[in-house]
Amino acid sequence: MGGRLKNGLLLAPGLGWLGLFMVVPCAIVFFFSFFERGTYGGIEYHFTLENFRRTLDPLYLSILLDSGRIAALATLLALLIAYPAAYAISLAPRRRQSVYLFLAILPFWSNYLIRTYAWMVLLNREGIVNRALASLGVIDAPLPLLYNEFAVVTGLVYNYVPFVILAVYASVSRIDPALREASEDLGAGAARTFLRVILPLTVPGVVAGCVFVFVLSIGNFITPDLLGGGRFLMVGNLIYDQFLTARDWPFGAGLSMMLIGIMMALLFIQAVMVNRNAAVRE
Amino acid sequence: MKRRDGKGGGGLLRMAPGVHLGAVYAFLYLPILVLMALSFNRAGLPTAWGGFSLEWYGKLAHSDAILSAAANTLIVAVVSTLLAVAIGTLLALGVEARKAGGALDALLFAPMIIPDIVLAIALLSFFTALQFTLGLHSIILSHVVFNIAFVCAVVRTRLKAFDYSIIEASADLGAGPFTTFRRVTLPVILPGVVAAALLAFTLSVDEFIIAFFTAGAGAGSTTLPMRIYAMIRFGVTPEINAMATLIVLASFTLVFAAQRVNRGIIGG
Amino acid sequence: MNKLNVLTLAACVSAALTMAAPLSAPAADKIVISNWDGYMPEDLLSNFEKATGIQAEHAVHATNEEIMGKVVASGGRGYDVLFVSSPFAEALKQLQLAAPIDHSLIPNLRNLYAEAGQLGYDPGNTFSVPYAWGTTGLCYRADLVSGAPGSWEDLLSPQADLRGKVTMLSTDRWLMAAGLLSLGYSVNEKDAARINEAGDLLIEAKRHLLSYDDTTFYSKLVSGEAALTHAWDGWCNYGIAENADIEYVIPREGTDLWVDTMVIVAGSENREAAHRFIDYVLNAEVGAWVASNILYKVPNKAAMDALDPALFTQFPNLAMKPADLLRQEQLRDLGETQKAYTRMVTKILSSR
Repeated sequence: MGGRLKNGLLLAPGLGWLGLFMVVPCAIVFFFSFFERGTYGGIEYHFTLENFRRTLDPLYLSILLDSGRIAALATLLALLIAYPAAYAISLAPRRRQSVYLFLAILPFWSNYLIRTYAWMVLLNREGIVNRALASLGVIDAPLPLLYNEFAVVTGLVYNYVPFVILAVYASVSRIDPALREASEDLGAGAARTFLRVILPLTVPGVVAGCVFVFVLSIGNFITPDLLGGGRFLMVGNLIYDQFLTARDWPFGAGLSMMLIGIMMALLFIQAVMVNRNAAVRE
Repeated sequence: MKRRDGKGGGGLLRMAPGVHLGAVYAFLYLPILVLMALSFNRAGLPTAWGGFSLEWYGKLAHSDAILSAAANTLIVAVVSTLLAVAIGTLLALGVEARKAGGALDALLFAPMIIPDIVLAIALLSFFTALQFTLGLHSIILSHVVFNIAFVCAVVRTRLKAFDYSIIEASADLGAGPFTTFRRVTLPVILPGVVAAALLAFTLSVDEFIIAFFTAGAGAGSTTLPMRIYAMIRFGVTPEINAMATLIVLASFTLVFAAQRVNRGIIGG
Repeated sequence: MNKLNVLTLAACVSAALTMAAPLSAPAADKIVISNWDGYMPEDLLSNFEKATGIQAEHAVHATNEEIMGKVVASGGRGYDVLFVSSPFAEALKQLQLAAPIDHSLIPNLRNLYAEAGQLGYDPGNTFSVPYAWGTTGLCYRADLVSGAPGSWEDLLSPQADLRGKVTMLSTDRWLMAAGLLSLGYSVNEKDAARINEAGDLLIEAKRHLLSYDDTTFYSKLVSGEAALTHAWDGWCNYGIAENADIEYVIPREGTDLWVDTMVIVAGSENREAAHRFIDYVLNAEVGAWVASNILYKVPNKAAMDALDPALFTQFPNLAMKPADLLRQEQLRDLGETQKAYTRMVTKILSSR
């Protein structure tokens, strides 16, 4: 049968592209992690495992944990905002759905840096939000909305909510309306229908959306720098600084490998859990 | 498509999604309104107000550098999206049909996890070793790498629990693979493909580090984000807000025009 | 020798490239300049083209670190002239990525102040030519600060009413310099104990900060969100242009002298045209146009003499004399110690 061959043809362009433009180039960089930084940057080809020992420095591990926590928080909030939005879009008449999707993503065709500046205008001590609250008499003194964890999380959630909407929409719009109606005709309330019928079917979209927010957040370095007032470092900052500021490619490569290893392990655990879930349902 | 209206106690709950959606759009557009207002800022400051002015729109009209960078960004985003959607969708079909996990999944997640700066330096070293000439095309090749992963992930969510027997049924009825894809598979996965394309385009439009490293030297391959970040040292002037305002308004107009035309055809 | 590095590899690649392409016509007169966007007058390149017939293209980079990373990874292929700060010029030289400067091709070097030829990182301008120079100090709202600040202490442990209204630079060398200078140490300090001491001081100072800010601090001064900022002088001028109450001062413990330089890339295929570009920038009128346009001091005597005196009144730090500038310490590449600085800055920025 040609099934295997056909499958191979589907996979070939993608795997070939990733092999050529990702695996090979990154292998070169990761290879550097076994060597030393030259005095002025560059690589000196003396074999060493020092770079891996340095990744275990509690300083870097605490940054990893901290940025993991911030990214997880952003992921949770983004999901809580995006899921019902994606669900609402899927309830709209079919030809309107893509318009709604466009409208959700369109603000993000401006530019990351100036969107972030806009948040600074909104949130600073003399900013629009504080003034509005003060004029409504809600607050007496300005709230500290900017240069803290709240601002960083807000910025991350804002920038990645549309991605979760897209991912969840892709799986929620697959649900046959008849299924919902059937559930309701059988006497299940809307809430019950959602929890027992809709939600389980959209797990793949939820997982994909969460992965997007988490990996993009943990690697982000502009939001912590501007909205966090540089008081927070994400793993993205850490690795960026090793490669560019310190010109320490071997250590940057070592840190990256550690990050990738941890994320792969998390994704693996998640995949196992999803599959087990699916197996139970089937 | 017929939709049922809420009945009984479900009415309020029925309205909730719409209300929530409205609130989410308000959240998404709030900073954009600020950004638009700042495009009329007399002062050349990114975050402080200095009075109303139209001068930045005038400057923008004469700024070939910004306009050509915007055009370059559009080219990179459109081409890399098209390539990534085609390749990523095929990949998703292949991977989901196999139901294989492990190494292949890891490979498909990798482009999302690898820090941008690593991919940027890796690709530049690779292209240099091959004496590959850099330009817009090398940015496109590089953007496709991470976009394949995102497209594949979105399309795969659509394919979970996809009923492969309908493909077999189609084949049994004598349809060739292309007919089957066009008439059977594509309609099912289309919403996923559209969502994936929007995601890929958005990621590409904003990407800066990989673009900077894989761009050729010279203005010919400078993208808008590269131009904007390079302004940091001198101060990002409201010309950029003016540019962003025009981009958002133009996309807005396009979407609504498309919707109008669409409605005209369908006659709704 | 066992020490092969990426750069020699890159050099081999570019050498191979040169040998492989002897048949191609000699490159047309076209050069590529990489600079920060807005760090030279918009019409500079087109004027250069009119004056010399050499086509010049403007590439942009966001930071020293980025262009450095790109040049290290690619051997600098495609670029002819780079604008980078002096420690980066020094590193480019050490990595054999900077071409020697041929003084006979740059007669306008005579326009430079004598001091600009004696800078510690490159005495005699052998591989770099200074483009702009200045100091790092305190940029503040005179109407919001009681008593003029005059010491790094004022930044690190601000008076009670300024707490939460202070920003500092987070770029590694300048952040560390604020701590080192207030302790009376060198901005290029290599002693581990002293680096730690400065680091502890900076961690303590973080409690009183509004934020770290390398890009929008002048904007925060204008809006009143901040009252006292750690700033580069030229950048403070953008604040002064918007609000006359903003002033700049160099702390009494001294500061660093930073120099932004022009470097010709070793792999440039059009070194002669690159030299002519540098010569053009050093022309007196062009230099004056640059200074009045970007509001940074240029190390060009002829140009500064030609500058509109009104600018010195409005932006007093433009009037600073070369002799005073040279009294400040110059930033040097740190070599191996860079790792310790990067780690300490990471520690400061991630501390709670």
